[in-house]
Amino acid sequence: MSAKAARFPKTPAAIGLTLFVIAWMVLVIILPLANVLFEAFARGVAPYLTSLAHPDAISAVKLTLLVAAIAVPLNAVFGIAAAWAITRFEFSGKGLLLSILDLPFTISPVISGLVWVLLFGAHGWFGAVLQDAGIQIIFALPGLVIATILVTLPFVARELIPLMQDQGTDEEVAAVTLGANGWSLFFRVTLPNIKWALTYGVLLCTARAMGEFGAVSVVSGHIRGLTNTLPLHIEVLYNEYDSVGAFAAATLLAGLAIITLILKTFLEWRFAGELAAHRKH
Amino acid sequence: MTTHISRRWILAGAAALGTTALGTSLSGCGQRNDGTSLLNVSYDPTREFYVAYNALFTADQTEAITVNQSHGGSGKQATAVIEGLAADIVSLALAHDIDSIAERGLIAKDWATRLPYNSTPYHSVIVFLVRKGNPKSIRDWSDLVKPGVAVITPNPKTSGGARWNYLAAYGYALKANGGDEAKAIAYLEALFRNVPVLDTGARGATTTFVQRGQGDVLLAWENEALMALATTKDAPFEIVYPSLSIRAEPPVAVVDKTVERKGTAALAKAYLEGLFSARAQKLVAEYHFRPSDPQAAAQFTEKFPDIEQLTIDADFGGWKKAHEAHFAANAAFDQLQLRLHR
Repeated sequence: MSAKAARFPKTPAAIGLTLFVIAWMVLVIILPLANVLFEAFARGVAPYLTSLAHPDAISAVKLTLLVAAIAVPLNAVFGIAAAWAITRFEFSGKGLLLSILDLPFTISPVISGLVWVLLFGAHGWFGAVLQDAGIQIIFALPGLVIATILVTLPFVARELIPLMQDQGTDEEVAAVTLGANGWSLFFRVTLPNIKWALTYGVLLCTARAMGEFGAVSVVSGHIRGLTNTLPLHIEVLYNEYDSVGAFAAATLLAGLAIITLILKTFLEWRFAGELAAHRKH
Repeated sequence: MTTHISRRWILAGAAALGTTALGTSLSGCGQRNDGTSLLNVSYDPTREFYVAYNALFTADQTEAITVNQSHGGSGKQATAVIEGLAADIVSLALAHDIDSIAERGLIAKDWATRLPYNSTPYHSVIVFLVRKGNPKSIRDWSDLVKPGVAVITPNPKTSGGARWNYLAAYGYALKANGGDEAKAIAYLEALFRNVPVLDTGARGATTTFVQRGQGDVLLAWENEALMALATTKDAPFEIVYPSLSIRAEPPVAVVDKTVERKGTAALAKAYLEGLFSARAQKLVAEYHFRPSDPQAAAQFTEKFPDIEQLTIDADFGGWKKAHEAHFAANAAFDQLQLRLHR
């Protein structure tokens, strides 16, 4: 891509446009992020570390990681299955399936949370059954997990589908003719072909799962030290006038985002060819 | 072939791990049912007080007790409890929200009579928080409707504090207009015309005024205003006591259905009764609420100035009536909102 573009902007319009883009990025991305760091360390390093060592903060980090650790593998398995079904089989209603797959991208996270309350809340469809069985879903870990799964559902599948479509079925057909069964076909042919796109999808999925606020806010119940994930914990601290604590926790989330960005950039640079398929869309 | 087998084993292992994690989470659910942990579901401004009271309460117990807290707008919290948030105790901004939970059969209907002072261990009044030096010279309710005065109050549909604000303003206007309801509503309309943002909870409104610097005056619980003064360095604002306010009573109750299921009835009862002890009442005052016990209140007359107060029961005929007249769907507040946005 960069080979086609002029190396340096030559016309005043091009220079102006570039400067505008840079100024805008500084204004809406760099400046707020720098402010997070500034506020977090406003009273020095010690209060920063103290607020991160608070039991509620530690529990929020653990909960966030646990939710991601359950939701992301499930979404990865589903994503592979969905991409396989969509790119390898012909069936009617495929277009509809693809559209539904994109729904979580387009509906508001508040809805993604509320639907679970309507299903599993005390007055929801399954509320009475669950209560009799002593199972708590909403306002507990399972609710946080299913809300996160719904919000991050398309990430893996959306990365895999264009790639698998691009690659076609030639290698797999060859493997089958040579006598490979289903599992060895998947592990020796398909998986090696999609591994970097899969990693990329899992990465985006993880980042979103850890950062999700809206949907988990609806199903969390906001019990400190129990059901507050990191983004919810930040809101709690901010509302308690504890700006150092809030921004300290925010640096953790921002840190996770930056790690994701570095990994993403690395993947794009190292495996550009294998990831290229989805860029055509 | 060996690599093939090992990959299968890895996948099987990962799948087993995932299933176990999900299974554990489904059965465990993060809630312990051994009768030693309580969940207090409360409204916004009590966060700091209950952190302190929980420490006091757990230190007095013979066995190890955990008290968990959840805070948010009072109406929102009541809805969460109705939807199944397993609260042993609710401590909400107004009796109406506890009544709503009681209507669903989770709390006995006579809950208010089970503890002293209508089950209200602490109360407060509605005051004005203005910018330092009071540049817009806001002294009383009549100053809030002047042009160019930006008033911050949360939304009465979701916030308990906002309902107290609304009723205090209405009560003042009724008195100023010799009981003329139409004129009182017209006053409220002029007041809400001066409100640029309606936050969902009292704490959100305080943050809007204090940290984001919006508005000339914040209608707030006295405890919220005192807390904001105490926690902000060189606070650039001050409290104004209007000529008339309302006695804002946030009650507490045990959620009978939950404690029955969790086996925490005795502990939850002790927790609430403890709120009326001399030590807890002192703590109440330290966290800027007015103690309900007259003996405790007598020690803090300097901190909490005398102010003429309306009460929900004597002046508004109780919450049921006030709710139906003002805050129910299509009642006075909804009508007023419609007129404002036309």
